[in-house]
Amino acid sequence: MTRFLAIRFLRGLLTLFLVLSFAFVILRSTGDPAMLIMSADAPPEALEAFRKGWGLDAPLWQQYLGYFKNLLEGNFGYSMRDKSPAMELVLARIPATLSLAVPAFILKLVIGISAGVFAALHRNSWIDRLLISLSIAGYTMPSFVLGLVLVLVFAVNLGWLPSGGDTTWQHAILPIVTLSLGGAAVLARFTRSAMLEVMGQPYIRTASAKGLVWRRVVLDHAMPNAAIPTLTLIGFMVGSLIAGAVVVESVFSWPGVGRLLVTSVANRDLAVVQSLLLLVATTMVTANLLVDALYGWIDPRVRSGQEARGKAL
Amino acid sequence: MPLVIKICAVWVALVLLIALSADLIAPYSYSQLDLLARLTPPVFFGGSTAHWLGTDELGRDVLSRLIFSVRISLLVAFISTLLSAVVGVLMGFAAAHFRGWVEQLVLTLVDFQASMPFMIIALAVLAFFGNTLPLFIALMGFYGWERSARISRGLTIAANEQGYAAAVYDLGASPWRVYILHILPNIASTLIVSVTLTFPEVILLESGLSFLGLGVQPPMTSLGNMVGYGREYLQTAPWILLAPSLFIVITTFSVSMLGDWLRDRLDPTLN
Amino acid sequence: MTPLLQVQNLAKHYAVRIPDGLSRRKATLRAVDRISFCLSAGQTLGLVGESGCGKTTTARLVLGLMSATQGQVLFEGQSVAATRDATWRALRQRMQMVYQNPLGALDRRLPVITQVLEPLRIHDRGDPHEHMEQAQALMASLGLAKSLWWRYPHELSGGQRQRVVLSRALILKPSLLVCDEPVSALDVSIQAQVINLLQDVQELMGVAYLFISHDLKVVRQVSDQVAVMYLGQIVEQAPPEQLFSEPLHPYSQALVSAIPSLWNRQQKTKIVLQGEPPNPLSLQSGCVFQQRCPYAEARCREQSPMLTPLSSERQVACHMLAQKPSDQNAVVESCS
Repeated sequence: MTRFLAIRFLRGLLTLFLVLSFAFVILRSTGDPAMLIMSADAPPEALEAFRKGWGLDAPLWQQYLGYFKNLLEGNFGYSMRDKSPAMELVLARIPATLSLAVPAFILKLVIGISAGVFAALHRNSWIDRLLISLSIAGYTMPSFVLGLVLVLVFAVNLGWLPSGGDTTWQHAILPIVTLSLGGAAVLARFTRSAMLEVMGQPYIRTASAKGLVWRRVVLDHAMPNAAIPTLTLIGFMVGSLIAGAVVVESVFSWPGVGRLLVTSVANRDLAVVQSLLLLVATTMVTANLLVDALYGWIDPRVRSGQEARGKAL
Repeated sequence: MPLVIKICAVWVALVLLIALSADLIAPYSYSQLDLLARLTPPVFFGGSTAHWLGTDELGRDVLSRLIFSVRISLLVAFISTLLSAVVGVLMGFAAAHFRGWVEQLVLTLVDFQASMPFMIIALAVLAFFGNTLPLFIALMGFYGWERSARISRGLTIAANEQGYAAAVYDLGASPWRVYILHILPNIASTLIVSVTLTFPEVILLESGLSFLGLGVQPPMTSLGNMVGYGREYLQTAPWILLAPSLFIVITTFSVSMLGDWLRDRLDPTLN
Repeated sequence: MTPLLQVQNLAKHYAVRIPDGLSRRKATLRAVDRISFCLSAGQTLGLVGESGCGKTTTARLVLGLMSATQGQVLFEGQSVAATRDATWRALRQRMQMVYQNPLGALDRRLPVITQVLEPLRIHDRGDPHEHMEQAQALMASLGLAKSLWWRYPHELSGGQRQRVVLSRALILKPSLLVCDEPVSALDVSIQAQVINLLQDVQELMGVAYLFISHDLKVVRQVSDQVAVMYLGQIVEQAPPEQLFSEPLHPYSQALVSAIPSLWNRQQKTKIVLQGEPPNPLSLQSGCVFQQRCPYAEARCREQSPMLTPLSSERQVACHMLAQKPSDQNAVVESCS
């Protein structure tokens, strides 16, 4: 098992490396940031000075090495717009995003799993069909549409909740709901099929034949086993939370990491985009590692698996 | 076929028709200004039949813009999905056929693609390569290839090792023959299902990016684009963004339902 | 006359790593370990043994589907290489394989007749317009009714599918057919039909068979010579009547005694082998059978016995038996 995790960890590092190299290549090899930040009619000497200052006129491979050297020293570059260290800028925005993402994640889990289990237990009834249709509607609706509709209904027409900004806790309600509903729909669907598959297994019938109360059967036997494949979804859910945050923060003008990404991409602010990419990649790699570890710990089959692998001579 | 599925199929056919005949059925050009008729509401909300779905802030007809947006969005989605399927299948075949380092390379790329949210990668690439339509479509073509790759690799390995493909190789067939005449037809149905599920996701992705202003650029119009620009008028003229929004939702819903139904039919019995 | 197939000192070894506590120990898995045999045109050599003794690996080595670690395979005097190039592909017309699982060997999406004539297309043999007729004639002669020709594999019974696989293998008129457990998956009554069919085909077309099975009764019926394999080595080779009436190697004795039959009245007790079932990973030096052999001596642990001829038709690999008075100058007939 440690071997398994060690391999995963190395793969994670490789992914990070690839992401960073990828970022470097595309960000530096296209366009001329100098022309963008300083206006097009600035004198050429000023443009040149700008380029030198940012290290943009050294050959590409040299920039690449310098880039990684900088990263290892903790130097993530400076935002071209407001001259402050890029990573600081990014890190400063994390709390704002977390205040949306964490409640959304919890809400997703609660709604998704309970809806899925409920639907599985009342299979083929009208509740089940309703929930399935709702869940399909949930994940086919883009988050920006959902967000805007919610704003239209609750903010514009009913006036119950504010439509943008982040000053009070009421401001957070609509963004959190928007962020969680799409993922909840996917989770509900998945949980439902996992539960159905588990419930069809012989050991469930054995458990209820033993005289166990139905609720105990579901809680002690069905759900833990259905949880195993559902775990793999969690890694995916973290990814979709990040992607969702980008859109939702833009819809609700929420000053988080997602909104920063959109604006820095539009402004071609290289260092900030890289720092954000690194942050996202690290988060994803960590999340996947955790899921793998959890998986190995929970599923005894994975834990005790041993293989002899051969190579033909 | 259950009634819901029939309705979805009809809607999808309708959307295809709109996309193909946009030039013929749109009452106006999508960039035609009518400054005297700015922000007029749709016909049953106080407007006139001159503009069935109202007009936007520059007096452009929302209905016409909607029709042309459908064409663009669908075009992007189709070509991208096709690209991603082709790339994915070829990579999967390469991995299964050559094994060794080729397979490891493909698996690493698949892992990489699957572990990062595509929107983030897309954002980074888009801003820095600019935003011409061919480039955008090529970028969208990288969405979801890893699924086709996984499917084709898995099924090909199974066929090669124990199954029908191994037998045909033993007869002396060349790899070309085996892949084209035997393996491809056998994996086609699984691939088709995966593709029908990718298609609506591409639509959502494209509209999300266009909404953020980073996707399809003006003067071209796409569904997400319209929602993005209509957002400022959410309070005063909500129809500008509601029409395309509704369209996105119904279309992706229909295609997803069809894909699910297709999967249920193709999966258990035949293969 | 050169025999059709000559296998000389053929071996297939794998380097494996076995989990041993936290690390992995290196070991060699000897799937096939220095075997030699010959097969003449139109004859059948039966290969028997338990699962895991190396029969299927031998089959794949003979056909060049797998590369050998040592030794060589000579088919019609030419060496068979395992590289899948044009020469290898052309050789497929002369040697083919029949599989244990006919459903897995056929493409579910194509009608069976298309699959039967596919080899003709692959190798571009003859006039394309005649392919269909050839396939139809062959299928008919193998007992497949016309109504079955356009059906799909999953619509046929096990016995019918095996006939399809057989037709496909025979349509190019090969001289060697390697049959890997061809009847094991079939009902006993169907087994008899397929066996008879194989024998008819051999008479008609002069095909040689390498017939691999774990079922001694079947092997007895079809073979001209039988080779008994144990852990990758051939321990005894003899014509079936001699082997089954008087098995010499301790392993053969145990195998034969286990056959429930009316003919074994002399042996009233079954020989039950002691010791662990064979594990190809943990081989020590010496005879492969030493751990379960009731006659094992010191030299059996030191030196591995060679397959030595005892008469013109029999060979045994056993220290104890090799000392029996025998015709040392006898050359085993099937290999001239």
